[in-house]
Amino acid sequence: MSSAAPTASSNSDTDTIMLAARGLFCARDDRVLFKNLNFDLPEGQVLQVQGSNGSGKTTLMRILCGLNDGYEGSIKWYGQEIEDQAANFFSSLLYIGHRVGVAKVLTPVENLRWSCSLKQAVSDEEIMAALKEVGLRGFEESPCYTLSAGQQQRVSLARLIISPASLWVLDEPFTTLDRKGVERLEQILQRQAQAGGSVMVTTHHSLNIPELAMLSLG
Amino acid sequence: MTGKQTTTSAAFLATLKRDLLIAFKKKNDIVNPFMFFIIVVSLFPIGISPESDRLTEIAAGVIWISVLLASMLSMDNLYRSDFEDGSLEQLLLSPHPLFFLVLAKNISHWLVSGLPVVLVSPLLAYMLALPEEAYGTLFLSLLLGTPIMSLVGSIAVALTVGLGSRGLILAVITLPMSVPVLIFGTLAVQSTLNSQSPLGYLSLMLVMLSVSVSLAPLASAAALRISVN
Repeated sequence: MSSAAPTASSNSDTDTIMLAARGLFCARDDRVLFKNLNFDLPEGQVLQVQGSNGSGKTTLMRILCGLNDGYEGSIKWYGQEIEDQAANFFSSLLYIGHRVGVAKVLTPVENLRWSCSLKQAVSDEEIMAALKEVGLRGFEESPCYTLSAGQQQRVSLARLIISPASLWVLDEPFTTLDRKGVERLEQILQRQAQAGGSVMVTTHHSLNIPELAMLSLG
Repeated sequence: MTGKQTTTSAAFLATLKRDLLIAFKKKNDIVNPFMFFIIVVSLFPIGISPESDRLTEIAAGVIWISVLLASMLSMDNLYRSDFEDGSLEQLLLSPHPLFFLVLAKNISHWLVSGLPVVLVSPLLAYMLALPEEAYGTLFLSLLLGTPIMSLVGSIAVALTVGLGSRGLILAVITLPMSVPVLIFGTLAVQSTLNSQSPLGYLSLMLVMLSVSVSLAPLASAAALRISVN
């Protein structure tokens, strides 16, 4: 679809490049989603991926995380191929997709205890504090099937607060959030950028984040 | 924020604990295959004959086939809901070797679906008039065989978890792969009934179990990566 090479406008060329994509090409069912896609993601940058429905935003996010290998081109993590340092890359990565990774029969605490411990050691106090921060106080011990879609989204977003990961890849994290939730998530993203971490986020919202970089698909 | 990375064994234990917790909360998933197993076995004396001579002959086969069918029922729970709610993606993105995380899920699956069947098998053997001296062999053969079925079945489930309508495909893949286990399991019991030592067959099953433990999770892990692609 997109023949012109989309480029990310970044104002911080001198910063350390965390993630660099060169010449990405991806086609699905004879339909080219993107070709010759280049972008850099420096440390401390929030990069918003834009594009119409079906333009390949989710596919791009999954490619970056290594969940989808149906692409051509190179993706480098601090100048090295990701395959050469997979464990290192995966411990620095936090991905939240459309399916938020919250088991319905478990409580928010039980969910976070597992999903966080796949990466780093986490205490119950940290989990409680994170749930409180995303506005789920009082729901810590309710099974997730009793929570609304927005609240389940918040359970997965609590991982952002706990996680020390330097790269966040978030696919439509704003969809089910209320206005207050959106504001709070924007603050969380900003805090991550200020701490030197990077965020790639797909959304149709216009984000209220200073120094936001854009990447347009389609 | 401590940010200390977990050890692989901690991630293994966390996954095992989580899956056991989910199984405990979704009791249907445990109880249904177990009840199915007991019902299928109890139908044979009614349908064939209550005479103990005839039942003794088929007892081992009946129990083994019922175990296989019951395991088919429970297999689907292994990755299905994780795939649907996105937990599977989180599992794949862990920095720890997927081998151990898949193994943890397989062990948990065996503990909730295989072990209860093994434990109740002497009772059903009694119902099918299996001579007492064969109880031990039946128990041991099931103890070795059911984990193999969980491990091998896991590969098939991992391969098919991304498919919308799976229908019988799971059974078509899994059942042929389970045939060697079925053969050796029933042969072990038969040889005990013929006053021969079942050790040969049991040790073959032990070999099959060791091979499955060391290789099947690798295949499951690769299959899962393909399925989420």
